[in-house]
Amino acid sequence: MIVSAKDIHKHFGALHVLKGVDLDVAERELVFVIGPSGSGKSTLLRCLNRLERPTSGSVRVDGIDMLAPSTDINHARQRIGMVFQSFNLYPHMTALGNVTLALRKVAGKSRAEADVLGQAALERVGLADRASHRPAELSGGQQQRVAIARAIALEPRVMLFDEPTSALDPELVGSVLAVMRSLRESGMTMIVVSHEMGFARAAADRVVFMDDGLIVEQGPPAAIFEHPTHERTRAFIGQIQRH
Amino acid sequence: MTGWDRFAETFFNAKVMAKYLPDILYGMVVTIELAVLIILSGLFAGLVLALIRSLGVRPLNWLIIFIVDLFRSLPPLVIIVLIYFGLPAAGASPSGFVSTWISLALVLMAFAEEIFWAGITSVPRGQWEAARSTGLSFVQTLLEVVLPQALRLTIAPLTNRTIAITKGTALGTVVAVTEILGQASSAMSNSYNPSPLMMGATAYLVLFLPVVVAARWIETRFAWKR
Amino acid sequence: MEEMIQAFFNADIARAAMPIVLAGLLNTLLMSLLVVPLGLMGGLALALGAHSRHPLVRWPLMAWVDFFRAFPPLVLLVLLFAGLPFAGLELGGFACVAIAFFLNTGAYYGEILRAGIESIPHGQVEAARSTGLSRLQTTTYIVLPQAVRNVLPDLLSNTLEVVKLTSLGSVVAVPELLYQARQAQSVTYNATPIVMAAVIYFLILWPLVRLLSRLENRALAGRG
Repeated sequence: MIVSAKDIHKHFGALHVLKGVDLDVAERELVFVIGPSGSGKSTLLRCLNRLERPTSGSVRVDGIDMLAPSTDINHARQRIGMVFQSFNLYPHMTALGNVTLALRKVAGKSRAEADVLGQAALERVGLADRASHRPAELSGGQQQRVAIARAIALEPRVMLFDEPTSALDPELVGSVLAVMRSLRESGMTMIVVSHEMGFARAAADRVVFMDDGLIVEQGPPAAIFEHPTHERTRAFIGQIQRH
Repeated sequence: MTGWDRFAETFFNAKVMAKYLPDILYGMVVTIELAVLIILSGLFAGLVLALIRSLGVRPLNWLIIFIVDLFRSLPPLVIIVLIYFGLPAAGASPSGFVSTWISLALVLMAFAEEIFWAGITSVPRGQWEAARSTGLSFVQTLLEVVLPQALRLTIAPLTNRTIAITKGTALGTVVAVTEILGQASSAMSNSYNPSPLMMGATAYLVLFLPVVVAARWIETRFAWKR
Repeated sequence: MEEMIQAFFNADIARAAMPIVLAGLLNTLLMSLLVVPLGLMGGLALALGAHSRHPLVRWPLMAWVDFFRAFPPLVLLVLLFAGLPFAGLELGGFACVAIAFFLNTGAYYGEILRAGIESIPHGQVEAARSTGLSRLQTTTYIVLPQAVRNVLPDLLSNTLEVVKLTSLGSVVAVPELLYQARQAQSVTYNATPIVMAAVIYFLILWPLVRLLSRLENRALAGRG
C-alpha cells in the first residue's frame, strides 16, 4: 500500500469532522472520493500530507510515517503532489517560476536544471508555450494545469486532487480532466475529491463515498453508481445525477 | 519704497540670504542624514517585528502589539522630549540628534510593523498551503511566496507614512539639532530678519515636494491588480 | 532601581504636578475639538474642488494639497508665529496653531476624502441624477455618505495624527499637555511630569489605535 491511513479522527474545536476513517490506496490506483459538502473529504485529503494534523490515527505514505515528529515533513511532502480547488498559483511569478520554486528550494536543483524539469512538466500539461506568462494572464483551466505541473515536476509518488475543477467554467473543465487522464495513464497513483462523475466512471478504480466524517461505502465505480447498497449513497448519487 | 519692495526687503533679503545660505545648506545635510537613518532603521525594525509576529508565539505577539500601540499613540515630540530630557536622569545622555533619530525610528517602526503585518495577513491562506504542499518550509514560504506579495501591497501606505514621519525631523529643533529649521531659527534670531526662515521653508520643499509627487505616482503604479 | 523610580515615577512630584498637567490636558482636548472640524471642513472643500472635472480648478488644488503634504507642520507653525510679526501681523500661539493645522491637516483630510469620492462608481451619480436629484443633493445624500464610509479608517487615522500634532503647540507657548508637563519638569528638575503626559496621551489615544489597527487590517486583507 502506498497510502495507508488508519482510524483518522479530526476535531476543529467542538466540531468532529473525521470520525475514524481508514483508507488504503495501492500503487497506480485511482481512488475517487465523493460525498456531500461537509462530509470531511477535503479534510481527509489534507490529513494525508499533514496540511491538517489529525487529532488521532496514523498516516503512512510511501513507507513514511507522516505524523512522526522525526519525519522531515517538507521532504516528505515532495512525494505527495497536491492540486487545490482555487489553484493557489503564486501571482508574482511566471508559470515556470511557479513550477520551479520547490525544485530549487526543496529538491536543491540548480536554476538551469530546475528550468529544464519545469519546462518538461509544463509540456506534459500542454502549456510549454505559456512558461513566461503570469497567472493573471492565463485562463482558469490553464492556471489549474500549471498547478498540476507544479506538483508533478517534483515527481511525486501520489497526487491529491481537492475539487480541481469546481472553480472552473464548464468549458474549461475538459482540458484539466484530459491532463488528469494522461497522468492516470502514465501510472500515477491518484486520490481525487471531485463531483465529476463522468470522469469517475471512466477512470476510477474505486469510488469512496463519505458522509458525516465516515466512509459509508466503497467499491468499483459501476457498483457504487448503479447499485449503491447504502441509503445515504443512493440519495447522494440520485441528487448528483439529477443535475 | 512700495509695499512690495518693503516686503521683499524683509522676507527675501538678498544680503541676509547670501550670508546664511551655507548654514541652511548644512542644515539640509543634517536633515538628510537624520532622515536616511530614521528610514533605514525604522523600516528594518518594523519588518523584523512583523516577521517575528508571523511566527505566532502568543506572549511575543502581545508584546509586539503593545509596543506598536504605544508608539502609535504617543506624539513624536513627547517621545523626543522624554528621551532627551528624561534619559539623562537614568545615566544616559543622548544628543539631540540621537534622541530625534531613536524617537522617529521607533514611531516609523510601529507604523511599518502594522503595515507589513497587514500585508502578510492579506496573502490568502491558499498560498501558504500550496507552497507547504510542495515541501517548502515555513521560512521559505514566507520569504519566497508570501513576502513578495505582501510587500507590493505595502508600498503605497508605507511610502506615505514614511514621508509623514520623516518630515518630523523638524521636531529635532526643539532639542537643539542643527537641522534645517534649527539652523533657520537661529539665523533668524541672529539677523533679526525672517529671510533665513523663508530659505528654510524652501529647503523643505526642495527635499520633500519631489518625494510627495513621486508618492502619488507610486500609489497608482502599485495599486494591486490580480 | 530606586533612583529610576525617583527620576521617572516620583509620587510626590506627580501629585504636585497633577493640576498643572490636567490643565494642559483640558487645553489639548479643546484644541483638538477646534482643529479637527476645521481641518475636516477645509479638507471637504479641497476634495470637492479637486474632484471637479475642470483642470483649472483641479490642478491648483492638487498642487495646494501636495505643497502642504511636503511641508513639515512645525515649520509652518514657526513661519506663522515667528515670521508673520515681521510683516506687522502678530498672532497668538493659539491662532497660529489653528491656522497651521487648518492648512496642514486640511490637505491630508482633503486627499483622503478625494480618494473616497473617487471610489464611488459613476453609476451612483447617474442613478441619483436620473431620479431628479440636483448635483448638490447627489453629492450630499449619495456620494459623501458612501465616500466617508469607504475611507473611515484613513479619516480616523488622520484624526489620531491631528490630536498627536497638537503637542506642537508647546513650541509656540500654547499651554497644552506637553507644554504644561515641560513647565512642571523645568521647575522640579524631574522627568515625572513628562512621563505623566506620555501616560495620559497613551490612555486617551490607545482605544483609537486599537480600533484603527482592526479596521486597517480588515481593509488591507479585503484587497488581497
